[in-house]
Amino acid sequence: MSVRVVAVLVAVLLVAVFPMLAGNYPVKLLQEILVWGVFAMSLDLLMGFAGMVSFGHSAFFGVGGYVAALALTRWGAGGVNGLVLPALAAAVAALVIGYCSIRVSGVYFIMLTLAFSQMFYAVTFQVDWLGAEDGIVGVPRPRLVGVELGPSAFHLYLVAVTLLATLALWRIVCSPFGHVLRGIHDNEGRMQAIGYPVDRYKLVAFVIAGTVAGVAGALYAQLAGSITPDAFLWTTSGEALLMAIIGGTGTLGGALLGAAAFILLQSLVSSYTERWMLLLGLTFIVFVLMLPGGIVGALRGRIGFRA
Amino acid sequence: MTAPLLELQQVSRYFGALGAVNGVSLSVARHERRAVIGPNGAGKTTLFNLITGQLAPTGGAIVFDGRAITGLPPFRIARHGIARSFQRTNVFARLTVLENLRLAAAAGARGSWSVFGSVAKLVEPLARARQAGADVGLGERLDEPASRLSYGEQRQLEIGIALATRPRLILLDEPTAGMSPEETQRMTRLLARLPREVTLLIIEHDMDVVFSLADRITVLHGGLVLADGAPDAVRADPRVYDVYLGTDDA
Repeated sequence: MSVRVVAVLVAVLLVAVFPMLAGNYPVKLLQEILVWGVFAMSLDLLMGFAGMVSFGHSAFFGVGGYVAALALTRWGAGGVNGLVLPALAAAVAALVIGYCSIRVSGVYFIMLTLAFSQMFYAVTFQVDWLGAEDGIVGVPRPRLVGVELGPSAFHLYLVAVTLLATLALWRIVCSPFGHVLRGIHDNEGRMQAIGYPVDRYKLVAFVIAGTVAGVAGALYAQLAGSITPDAFLWTTSGEALLMAIIGGTGTLGGALLGAAAFILLQSLVSSYTERWMLLLGLTFIVFVLMLPGGIVGALRGRIGFRA
Repeated sequence: MTAPLLELQQVSRYFGALGAVNGVSLSVARHERRAVIGPNGAGKTTLFNLITGQLAPTGGAIVFDGRAITGLPPFRIARHGIARSFQRTNVFARLTVLENLRLAAAAGARGSWSVFGSVAKLVEPLARARQAGADVGLGERLDEPASRLSYGEQRQLEIGIALATRPRLILLDEPTAGMSPEETQRMTRLLARLPREVTLLIIEHDMDVVFSLADRITVLHGGLVLADGAPDAVRADPRVYDVYLGTDDA
């Protein structure tokens, strides 16, 4: 086993047993990092691998969150309602939005995806059935094999889903399909000229990323116990974008590290000052200017770390 | 006589009122090596873009191996067996040489859709990619990023990418453009060694390359075919001499 594999295994183990080592607040932070990490990784698949910058990724996070909240509160707290249904709903949303958006690229793609996500925001904000501006509260934790998850079981459930999503995404970026995405990122026109139906590959990537984002949204609703229209807001997409960039795009692992950096910094700074956004913005500027490869890029440069 | 591999029937392309290609008809036989020459602005690259689908023709029809390919998207035309190189180097700069070639070799493979599979399982495309790398003289440099190759080597890779798709027709757009004399020589030898089953259509300004390679030459001028024939006949044609070969351009 390589050093890297051992390091990853140790990290997973530490994350899994963290509730035995730390108090409630750090555990809550870690759980938030996992959920946002999954969301940021799904965006990195699009942005860092396929080269599609989307500002509307919150649409799928929100759809996943709302479907999970609805299903768990109204139709029973089974695992299917907690994860499978939200993932499917997000996949369908991604298929429709992707189909409409992928025919354009660059700034037009960004604007279209942004517009779609804001449409969801506007709708959930108005519809009473979805709790309007208050959203859906009192979302129970899911029951797995008939057992309601206690705090530590719920933590393990979060770790397991995060691990599963990470492994799935990792397999995807290493697969032939993933290599096609990298080719599209590098030179879309050339890919067409050698015979790849580029738009179809992009649509599949968009649907995969949307599905995983939906899972992240579902986890978020279960973790927070509620979901509000803010999940659809462009800032939700923006935060995932920042996490992926701070961590280093095109690395997957970077998105997890970026989520950790973002959330830790946010909690640290916001306990001292109301103006934590300002400091976060400055940090982001420093990262973009000084470390264009993000955290992973810096690690690679310093100690020959390879992800 | 067998049917031609590629046939253009009165193909035209207008950009607004400007006709870049004004009703070109030509046919290329199987296994032929055809050069397309002509002054700048004659419509040579536009013609290539029409054949490979980067541009849709305004009028006319393009038939490849008995099938109409007029107006199809580029990826479909590539799948029919037409590969091309570009006038400006057009490789995957961030990928390695082998990855460049393997992407090209796997373009038609079902395995390319494999979302959870392994790249190493693309055995046949991988072998073809290595072969194409060796064929264009990059066999020793397969693991280097394409961006680290010299300009001449990137042009070789460009040909390799076209070859790896296992095409029946390759369109080469000025393969020696911008090359040093030595690089040009190496490229000429490389082109001469290309398998004879592959039909070649080549735009080139270097007349040594053209006359050493081509079985037949088509001269374009102002978006029209000015002359079409064996190299010696074209060379002796006074009209061709007037518009092209007699100028400093050649």
